Amino acid sequence: MRKGTLRQILLITDGCSNHGEDPIAMAALAKEQGITVNVIGVLDQDIIDEQGLREIEGIAQSGGGISQVVYAKQLSQTVQMVTRKAMTQTLQGVINRELKQILGSQASIEQLPPEKRGEVMEVVEELGETVNLQVLILVDTSGSMKTKLQTVKEALLDLSISLNARSGNNEFSVFVFPGKKGEVDRILDWTPKMESISSVFPKLTSGGITPTGPAIREALQQFQKRRSLKSLFTHDGDDDVYIEQSM
Amino acid sequence: MVMTMYTSNNLCNIRTGTVIQGKWHKHRYEIIKQLGKGANGVVYLAKEGRTFVALKISNQATAMMSEVNVLKRFSEVQGVALGPCLLDVDDWIHPQEKKIYSFYVMEYIEGDDLLTFIQKRGKEWIIVIILQLLGDLHKLHEKGWVFGDLKPENLIVSGKVPKVRLIDVGGTTIRGRAIKEFTEFFDRGYWGMGTRKAEPSYDLFAVAMIMINMCYPKRFERKENGREQLRLMISSHPYLKTYEKILWRALDGKYTCAYEMRKELLQCMQQPSMQTEKKRGERVVHVKEKKKFRWVETMFLFVCVLFMYVVYLYVQIL
Repeated sequence: MRKGTLRQILLITDGCSNHGEDPIAMAALAKEQGITVNVIGVLDQDIIDEQGLREIEGIAQSGGGISQVVYAKQLSQTVQMVTRKAMTQTLQGVINRELKQILGSQASIEQLPPEKRGEVMEVVEELGETVNLQVLILVDTSGSMKTKLQTVKEALLDLSISLNARSGNNEFSVFVFPGKKGEVDRILDWTPKMESISSVFPKLTSGGITPTGPAIREALQQFQKRRSLKSLFTHDGDDDVYIEQSM
Repeated sequence: MVMTMYTSNNLCNIRTGTVIQGKWHKHRYEIIKQLGKGANGVVYLAKEGRTFVALKISNQATAMMSEVNVLKRFSEVQGVALGPCLLDVDDWIHPQEKKIYSFYVMEYIEGDDLLTFIQKRGKEWIIVIILQLLGDLHKLHEKGWVFGDLKPENLIVSGKVPKVRLIDVGGTTIRGRAIKEFTEFFDRGYWGMGTRKAEPSYDLFAVAMIMINMCYPKRFERKENGREQLRLMISSHPYLKTYEKILWRALDGKYTCAYEMRKELLQCMQQPSMQTEKKRGERVVHVKEKKKFRWVETMFLFVCVLFMYVVYLYVQIL
């Protein structure tokens, strides 16, 4: 089996968007393009309001991903767990699709007897270890996130430790919103190493608006750009296979 | 398709007396009480007929399957019980929710977790348990696995002759892959002292942290310089200080196999520095006994000579 690439957007936020397009619609758009959107809500002592919570769940749901709300302290553990689980979920979707082709439209992993499931799971794990991964991280830096940025930075460094232990390749890119001038700023271009964000993070200023929707839109464009650039440089476009989850 | 990451509340509150019957194999298990909760599911004590079993149930079929795979592999290692024995794997249809949950059934290992055991039985047990653990880990590593989520909660000490057993194989990973599940305090990545690749040295780091945790039951959080922080904690505790050198070799990933660390721990225990006091005490007693014995000897000779002299005098007078 040829090695494919999984594409994910990881959104780290602490509340509701208040500017630009509906983020839930943008997440649905991402899913259509085979990009999974995962959301992590970060709490302080205070509790996220009902509306913010609904938005977090909504984005993940329409983005085909996972959402989780945590206290800042647990962020590191959560970031790596969400990313890994979303990978497994996508890969499982791929396996399910293959199973349907072989066994008919009703088949899925859950419908196999437990004895057979184990073998399928081994394939999923094998894929999870070797597949290439692109994660675009969107960090909300509006007002109340200010105090949590140090924790976010540590969680991202921790994520790269976890993912770089795999044998597949990883690429990360980090965007913050709102940006200094526009809605979104890129602070880290695609790279397998995350260490360089340490120097960028402390200098971030926080703005008033929360343009979550536009941020997801911008992230999608980045994936697109990357795709077209790659096909320019690699002669056989076949080389780059993106794995998408079947629904 | 949205996956909730943590187990739903319904699974946490399965009532005592509920009977869980498998969809495929039709075995019946009567729930007795909850034993523990993990990131992937809830473990209950249950009864099948007259035997007690541990039953783990979850809404994450995939995570459960990979745990079952590990347990199956463990049972292939004959003669040594590395984890709990796997007895059954099945699905349960929740009667009210009509949802399907996966579960698997294992042998119930009765005993205390490591921290409780040490608190009950005393510090001298730490080294015994660590040596046992290193022996088991060596076997596990040789079979091509790394335990991963090694911590006192996942170690049960059971039996009349206390023996440590590994439970919860959620973090157990094939050597060379990325560690599946870990706990920050015992993870070398968290302390900035290594990768999260599944290698024997990953587990050995955790073993060193378990020893530290035994002496500092309240775990502490990492500060700016994790390494320096650990150095202070180790050198300021008399028990840990005895094993300082070995602990650091484990923390720095210098041991390539568990057996090596085990050997050095054994050597460290036999070193004179640990036992001088005792030996000195014994020697003093010996000397005293000898002195007493000599004194008795002298008296005996003196009495003998005196007796013979008296006999001589008596004979002379007659």
